[in-house]
Amino acid sequence: MTATMTDTPPPAAPKADTERTRSGRPLGQILMIVAGALLLVAAVRVITGANQLTSDGQVSAALSLAVPIGLAGLAGLWSERSGVVNIGLEGMMILGTFGAGWIGWQSNPWLGLLCGIGFGVLGGLLHAVATVTFGVDHIVSGVAINLLALGTTQYLAKLFFTDGKAADAGGNPKQSPPVDSLPNFDIPGLSDALHSLENHHWFLISDLAGILGGLVTNLSVVTILAFALFIASWWLLWRTPFGLRLRSCGENPVAAESLGVNVYKYKYAAVAVSGGLAGLGGAFLALVTSHIYLENQTGGRGYIGLAAMIFGNWRPGGLAMGAGLFGYSDALQLRNGGQTVHALLLLLVVLLVAMAGWKMYKKAHWQGGISLFVGALVLLWYLVTDEVPSDFVGATPYVVTLLVLSLSAQRLRMPKADGMRYRKGQGK
Amino acid sequence: MNKLTQRIDKERLLLAIAAPLLAIVAALVVTTLVILATGKNPFDAFSDMVTYGTASDSQVYILNKATTYYLAGVAVAIGFRMNLFNIGVDGQYRIAAFFAAVLGGALTTPGWISIPLIILCAMGTGAVWAGIAGVLKVTRGVSEVISTIMLNAIATAIIAYLLQPGKLAELQAGGTVVSTKPLRSSSYFFQIDTGPAGELWGFIFIAVLVGIAYWFVLGRTRFGFDLRTVGQSESAAAASGVSVKKMIATSMLISGAIAGLIGMPTLLNDSHQFSNDFPTGIGFTGIAIALLGRNNPVGIALGALLWGFLERTTNHLEFQGYDKEILGVIQGVIVLCVVIAYEVVRRYGLKRQQQRVGAELAAQAAAPTEKQEVA
Amino acid sequence: MANKDIDITVRTGTVHALCGENGAGKSTLMKILYGMQQPDEGTITVNGETVTFNNPADAIARGIGMVHQHFMLADNLTVLENVVLGAEKLYGIGAKARAKIKELSDAYGLNVRPDVLLEELGVADRQRVEILKVLYRGAKTLILDEPTAVLVPQEVEALFDNLRELKAEGLTVIFISHKLGEVLSVADEITVIRRGTTVGTVEPAGTTTKQLAELMVGSELPTPETEESTVTDVPLLKLDGLRLAQTDLDGVERIILDDISFTIHKGEVLGIAGVEGNGQSELVEAIMGIRALNAGAIALDGTDISHVPTRRRREAGVGYIPEDRHRHGLLLEAPLWENRILGHVTEKPNSRGQLLDIRGARSDTERIIEAYDVRTPGIDVTAASLSGGNQQKLIVGREMSHEPKLLIAAHPTRGVDVGAQAAIWDHIRDARREGLAVLLISADLDELIGLSDTLRVMYRGRLVADADPATITPEELGSAMTGAATGHLEHTEDSAEDHEDDAR
Repeated sequence: MTATMTDTPPPAAPKADTERTRSGRPLGQILMIVAGALLLVAAVRVITGANQLTSDGQVSAALSLAVPIGLAGLAGLWSERSGVVNIGLEGMMILGTFGAGWIGWQSNPWLGLLCGIGFGVLGGLLHAVATVTFGVDHIVSGVAINLLALGTTQYLAKLFFTDGKAADAGGNPKQSPPVDSLPNFDIPGLSDALHSLENHHWFLISDLAGILGGLVTNLSVVTILAFALFIASWWLLWRTPFGLRLRSCGENPVAAESLGVNVYKYKYAAVAVSGGLAGLGGAFLALVTSHIYLENQTGGRGYIGLAAMIFGNWRPGGLAMGAGLFGYSDALQLRNGGQTVHALLLLLVVLLVAMAGWKMYKKAHWQGGISLFVGALVLLWYLVTDEVPSDFVGATPYVVTLLVLSLSAQRLRMPKADGMRYRKGQGK
Repeated sequence: MNKLTQRIDKERLLLAIAAPLLAIVAALVVTTLVILATGKNPFDAFSDMVTYGTASDSQVYILNKATTYYLAGVAVAIGFRMNLFNIGVDGQYRIAAFFAAVLGGALTTPGWISIPLIILCAMGTGAVWAGIAGVLKVTRGVSEVISTIMLNAIATAIIAYLLQPGKLAELQAGGTVVSTKPLRSSSYFFQIDTGPAGELWGFIFIAVLVGIAYWFVLGRTRFGFDLRTVGQSESAAAASGVSVKKMIATSMLISGAIAGLIGMPTLLNDSHQFSNDFPTGIGFTGIAIALLGRNNPVGIALGALLWGFLERTTNHLEFQGYDKEILGVIQGVIVLCVVIAYEVVRRYGLKRQQQRVGAELAAQAAAPTEKQEVA
Repeated sequence: MANKDIDITVRTGTVHALCGENGAGKSTLMKILYGMQQPDEGTITVNGETVTFNNPADAIARGIGMVHQHFMLADNLTVLENVVLGAEKLYGIGAKARAKIKELSDAYGLNVRPDVLLEELGVADRQRVEILKVLYRGAKTLILDEPTAVLVPQEVEALFDNLRELKAEGLTVIFISHKLGEVLSVADEITVIRRGTTVGTVEPAGTTTKQLAELMVGSELPTPETEESTVTDVPLLKLDGLRLAQTDLDGVERIILDDISFTIHKGEVLGIAGVEGNGQSELVEAIMGIRALNAGAIALDGTDISHVPTRRRREAGVGYIPEDRHRHGLLLEAPLWENRILGHVTEKPNSRGQLLDIRGARSDTERIIEAYDVRTPGIDVTAASLSGGNQQKLIVGREMSHEPKLLIAAHPTRGVDVGAQAAIWDHIRDARREGLAVLLISADLDELIGLSDTLRVMYRGRLVADADPATITPEELGSAMTGAATGHLEHTEDSAEDHEDDAR
C-alpha cells in the first residue's frame, strides 16, 4: 500500500482523443443496477420463504449497524483523500467507545458522544504526528496506534470501572456501567403503513415496503447526524476551496506545496477529522447499538469501514452503499440469522452463475469455470442444510467483505499520492 | 576509502541501537507518569519488576514465552521485508495449532513420526490460510491488510464451530474446559529440566534454527535477494527479472508457514492440546516485536525477550497493588515510539551519509590521486 | 555548495536566458527565486525593492511565477481545479474562474479547456496549463525551467511564439536551458552559470554556441559523433510484427504497438526518435519481457525469445539502461554492491549456485567503480547518495560487465552532467566496435543523430519514417515525430544551410 517518492518522473503519455470529465457511472445505469438487485432479492425471499430478508426490522438493524461502519469508512475517506492511509481507525473507534462509555455513564449520553469524538480526535492527532511530522510509514503507524489504543483503554477501564460507584452501577474491567439512551424516533404514519404493507408478503411491493419501513422506523438521532455528516463531507470536499486543497494534498502534494498550500496543515486537519469521525462511530456503538462500553465492541468494524471506502471508490456515495451492504450482513447475526444467511446462499449461487456466464462470454474460460464450480458447491450446501450454524453467521460480515473486495477491484481510482510519505520541500 | 566505510558502519550501528533505546526510555517516562497519576510509586514498581524478572524461574518462563514470540516476530518480519503487512499471523497460528492438535490427538504413531507430522500440518495450514490472502492480493489486488484481518475473524469462527463437544473436541476437567483430544505422551517435545527454576521448552532450539534460516535465506541466497528487492522497489525488481506476483504469493506462504509454528511450543511442550483457553493475540505481539527489532533476526530475539520480561513482571505487579493492564500501555508506547524513533534516526543517517559522501568527494577532487593517471 | 556569488540582473519586458549544464546550480537558484528554498546569504531585489521569499506564496504575491520542468499537476483533477488550487480567493472555484481561464487562454493563444481531466492531456498541453497557472495569478515575471526538454522542434517554435507574445505584453521571461541553439534564437540576454557561479552575461547577437559552450563548461561541448561504420551484416535482434493493444476501462481499445518490425545487426546502433508516449517505453518493456504482447516474435541471436521470461533474457545477453533509473535501475537505499547485483543475481560474479557470492560481488563493484569512473567514496554508500551522472555510470558499468549482445539504452544521458554524458557515449561507441548491437531511444535529437547508424521514427506505435543520420537535421526529424512526414526522410539542402550554425 505504501508508495515511494522518486525523482524525475517521466512525463505522462497522452491518452486517447476522447476526453473524460469527472462523472462516475451515469445515473441511469445506477438505477438499473438497483432495480435489478431489488428484483433478485425479492425473488429469493419468495422462493426461500425467509421473510426476514427484507423485513423492516432487519433493515432497521442493518441501518443501525451500517452507521458505525459508514462513519469509519467516512473517516478513512477524509484521511486518504489527503494522502494519509489510516489503518488505525479501529483503534480510534475503540477510543471512541471508551470515551462515550466513561463520560456517558457519569453524566449524560450527549456528553458521552462528545467525549467519544474527542478521544477519537486525540488518536487521529497521534497518527498525524507520527506520519506527517515524522514520516513514519502509514500502515505501521496505524498498527501501532491500534495496539496503543487497545492497551490504553483496557488499562483505563480497569482503573475506572472496577471499584466504587462504577462497580456498584454494574461496571467491571471489561465494561462500563450502563448509559442512558439517546432519543429514537419514527416518522409518524409512514412506519405503520409500510409495516402493514410488508406483512402482506407480496412479491417486490412488500420488499420495498420493508426496506423503506426499516429506513424510517426507530431512527436514532445519531443516525440522522451521520447522514448529515455524509452530505456535509461531500459538499466540503468537492465544492469548497478547503476541500480542493485537501484533495490536492492526496493527489500531488508537491504540486500543492508549489502553489502555496500548507500541506502539513491540511493533512493534520484531515487526519484529525478522520479520528473524530471514527470516534463518533465508536460512540455510536457504545451509546446506540448497546448502552455500555464493552471490550472488543468494535469487532473489526474499523477495517470493514476501510473496505467500504475502497468499494465506494473513495467517494461518499459509493461508501454509503458499501456501508449499507456490510451493515446488512453484520445485522444478520442479531435476528434469526441462521435462516436468513441460508437464504442468502441462494443469492450467492445466482450471482456466481451470472458471473460465470459473464466470464465465459468474455472468453475467460478458466475464471468462468471456477465461478461455476464454486457456485455448484454453494448450491449443494444450500440444499443439504436448513440453516447456517450461528458461529458462521457471526462471520458473515467478514466473508462478505472479502467477497466484495475480491470481486470489485476494477474501476478503482485511489488518490494518487495516497500512502506517500511526504516531506516539505520536495518540490523540484 | 576503507576507513570511511568503516566509520560509516560504526555510525550506522550506533544509530541502529539508538532508536530502540530511545523508545524504551520514552516508554519508561510515560509509564512513570501514568503510575504517578494514579497516585502510586513508580520506582517501587520498577524495582519489583527488576528483582522479580531476573529470578531464575522468571528466566525460564521468559525464555519459554520468548520462543513463541520470536517465531511470531519472524513470521511477521518476512512479510515486512516484502513490504507486505501480514496482520493475519494471529488467525494463521490459531487455525494451524487447532488442526495440528486435532491431528496430534488422533495419531498413535511413535514420537519421531508424529511430531514432524504435527509440525508439518501446522505449517501447511498456516501457509494455506495466509495463501488465501496472498492469492487475493496477486489476482484481485485486494489489500492484504484488510483480507488478513477478515481471515482472522473467519478463523475464529471456524475454530469456535469445530471446538465443540461432538465435533472435533471433547469436554474435559469436570465440564469446564472444551479441548481437542490431548496428545499422547510420546508426542511431547523434549524439555530441559533446570531444577527448581522449571522446565525449559526444547522448542527453543527450533526457534533458533528458524532465526538462523531467516538470516541465511534472506541475506545469503539468490531467492532472498530477489525477495528483498521486491520489498524495496517492485518496479526495479520487475525490470531485474523477478516475477513480483509469484514472489508476493510465495512470501505470504512462507510467512504463514512460520506463523503455523507459533502455536507449537505451547502445543508440544506445554498444554499438549488445543482448548478454549489457548493463548490468543500472539500475532499482534509478533507485529510489535518485528517492528521493535526492525526485522533483524537478533533484534527480534531481543524484542521477544523484552516482551517476555515485561509480561512476567507486570503480572507480578498485580500482587503489589498495581494494575497489570499497564503492560498494554507500555507495549503500545514502545511500539509507537520505536517506529517514530527509527524514522528520525533513518532520516538523520541518510542526511549524514550524504554530507559525508559530499565531503569525501570534495576532498578527493581537491587532492589528485593515482586514479586520475589511469586514463 | 549549490550556488555561490550569483549576480544576475534581468530587465523588464525581455527574455533572459540562464545557461548551465546539469548540476551547475540552476535549479537551486530557481528554487530560491521562487521561495521554495532560502539562500544562506545575499539579496533579491524586485523592481528596486529588496524582498525575501519565505515560501512560494510570497513570490507569487510579487508577481513571480514558476513554470516547472517537472509539471506540478494532479492527474485526477481537472484543468480548472489545477489552475485555481492555492488561488481560490482570486476568482473563486466556479464560473468566474472558468471565465477568467478562457479569457487568458484566448489572449495568449494557449488553447486550454478547463473541464478536462488532467491525465488526458499530452505534454505540450500540460506545459500550457502550467503557463496559464502563473498568468492566472497575475505573474509579471515568468520563470521557465528547461521548458523544451520534452518538446519536438515544431512545438518549441510554438512555445517561443507564445513567449514572444508575452514579451510584447510587457511581461518578463527568465528561461533556463542547456540547449544553446534554442537559447540563442529566443533570448535577449544570456547569463551563464558554471559550478554554481555566474561566469558572464552576453547578448546573442555577439556570440556563438561554441563560445557559450566554452563559458558553460570551460571547453567545447562533447559531440556524440561517430566515425567509421562498424555495422556488420549479422542480425542480432529481430522484431517481427509486434502488436500490443490495450482496452481501457471505458471499453476503448488503444493500439500501443502497431506491427513493429526491425532488425539490428551486430555493431549497429539503431536509434528511435519519437515524442514520449508514442510507444517507445512499451516497446522496450516488450523486448525486456516485462510486458506481454498480443502478437509478434522477438529473436535474439537466432533464438526465439518471445515467450522467455525477463530473467532468462537478461542472462542471454540483453543489457538494459532504463529510462527512469530510480524506478527500474537502482535500489536507492541499498549499498552500491547490492545495486551491482541487481538484474544479474543469477550470473557470476554475483552468485554461485543458489547462494550469493558477496565477496565476488563486492570486488567486482570496486572494479566497475575504477573502470567507469564512478565518483564515490566507497561501495557501501547507498545509491541515493550518488549524483545522477555517477548513478548512470554505475548502471552502464554493471550492464557492460556481463558482456551483453544487445544493449537497450533508453534516454541514457537524461539528467546526467556533461562529463558523465561524454563518458557514456564513449562506452557505447567502444562496445559498438566490439560487435554490440544497441537500441537507442532518446529525446536528445543530437544524441540520436550523432550516435545512430540507422534512424527510425516512432509515432503512435508505428515506425513511420526512417532517415540517414549522416545528413538528417533535427527539424526534419521533428516533423516526422509529430506525424507530419513519413517514409524515408530525405534531407534537403535548403534547410541545412539555415541551421548549420546552431545545431550542435
